Amino acid sequence: MKQDKIIGAILLLVALSAISGLGLITVFIFREGVPIILRLGARQFFLSTDWEPSLGKFGILSMIGGSLAVTVGAAAIGVVFSLGLAIVLTQFSPPGLSAALKPLIELLAGIPSVVYGFVGVVTLVPLIRHTLGGPGLSVLAASIVLGIMILPTITSIAIDALQAVSPTYLEGSIALGATRWQTVTMVILRAARSGIVAAVILGMGRAIGETMAVIMVAGNALEVPHSLLDPVRTLTSNIALEMGYASGAHRQALFATGVTLFVIITLLNIAALGFSRRRPARSRVG
Amino acid sequence: MLSTRFILRALGVTLVTLVTCVGCDSASRRSVGLLGSTSLQPFAEVLGEHYAKKTPGQFVEVQGGGSTAGLQAASHGLADIGMCSRALTAEEIRHFTPILIARDGLAIVVNAENPVVGLSLGQLRALFAGRVLNWKDVGGKDGPVRPITREEGSGTRESFVRLVMGDDRISRRALTQESNGAVKELVKGDLSAIGYMSLGLVGNELKALRVDNVQPTVKNVLAGSYTLVRPLLFVTKGAPGPAAQKFVDFVLSPEGQGLLEAEGLVRAR
Repeated sequence: MKQDKIIGAILLLVALSAISGLGLITVFIFREGVPIILRLGARQFFLSTDWEPSLGKFGILSMIGGSLAVTVGAAAIGVVFSLGLAIVLTQFSPPGLSAALKPLIELLAGIPSVVYGFVGVVTLVPLIRHTLGGPGLSVLAASIVLGIMILPTITSIAIDALQAVSPTYLEGSIALGATRWQTVTMVILRAARSGIVAAVILGMGRAIGETMAVIMVAGNALEVPHSLLDPVRTLTSNIALEMGYASGAHRQALFATGVTLFVIITLLNIAALGFSRRRPARSRVG
Repeated sequence: MLSTRFILRALGVTLVTLVTCVGCDSASRRSVGLLGSTSLQPFAEVLGEHYAKKTPGQFVEVQGGGSTAGLQAASHGLADIGMCSRALTAEEIRHFTPILIARDGLAIVVNAENPVVGLSLGQLRALFAGRVLNWKDVGGKDGPVRPITREEGSGTRESFVRLVMGDDRISRRALTQESNGAVKELVKGDLSAIGYMSLGLVGNELKALRVDNVQPTVKNVLAGSYTLVRPLLFVTKGAPGPAAQKFVDFVLSPEGQGLLEAEGLVRAR
């Protein structure tokens, strides 16, 4: 079919242009960001907490700390709920309920992040301020908001991982006299372990890259956080807060912040890919 | 081949959309484009609406982005007029033509339930630099002080640093918010907070503090007794174009100045 070929070629072109966009972005942020890291020295840039662009001081340690704190917090909250959801939906709930709940969870992914941020500012932040003290805008607030935001990502990948476990495992375990719960915790979760780890890492990648909601609830202070109730600034919020104004070395430093973020997210994705390819459970069945 | 026809049609629709968008862009050439300070943005929008009503066929497009972005836009020709809510630096004055359209008091705001009614400039500096950490040291109730600042590069922040901080740096512990609205929201809900914002945007829910015993009011700014005042500028590269000049004339006319005053700003002269 000649028509098919033409359309195939057009679609291939569209796909390639999308990928070349990625390539261009990569080249661009590295070209803009790397020179200033070299000029200041990696130590000055990565290991200093002194960020004062008007005085030419660009140290992003407190923001790296902020991003990590918020991401780990989000993963901790996200994992508990997502894993619970994934287990219930694949193992314990009647099929009708799963069919109703799954689209609802996916709907969470469609809510714009500014809405999450707004709800966080209006409800969560005052709640933390009044019950736990501190400014309210905090690592805790950001972790909770991000934890909810990454729920759909982790849940849906974890569901896939759990469903990929061969039913013979379940049958074998039940036949050996294990209860349903023992089967889930001792057999199915272990068999799906690599997929679940991949799900968590991808969730963390989404959390560390989130910007708008974090700016709204994290407080954006430049201090390294000492407690869950301290405000933090993440790498992403630093870029978004200052990009509009920045010029010269300041702008380059923001691109260098972007390079840092790019490398962290790439590493996370490679790790996730590595874990999801490793499926010991399946290969042993075959 | 239903699917191929569908794809072709989809591509066609995309193409048509692209073409019409290009068309709509060129149709709006008769507008005056303003870009810059988020402090000036709401006022410029009000001015633009009145201007468009008064002179049929003319439109004013207003975008935010911040004072420095406004300067860049004016220098690259992205906007006809850049909006800047701080004094230009010596370097910038050589490149741009500033037009003073109004002045704005910088109000120091605290929660309405905070008993403190006024601070000296020195106390204010100490609070924001993080040298004074408890409200009771400046005559308030026992409790932590939470300074709230604006992001690096904001015109409001730069004016505050220039007018208040001197050689001191704003504490790293200060919460950073990216708009007047966000600062307002935070101070409204937090007894310990202290922030700064445009006098015209304070509203009724916050308490604006006296600074060195002077109440921040439009009257005191005009009289020159309230000293935390910054210029609000329209900035062009070289002389403004004819359409932009007409809009500037409107803004500087008694009518335009009256509008700005009604919105809480202080007239240019």
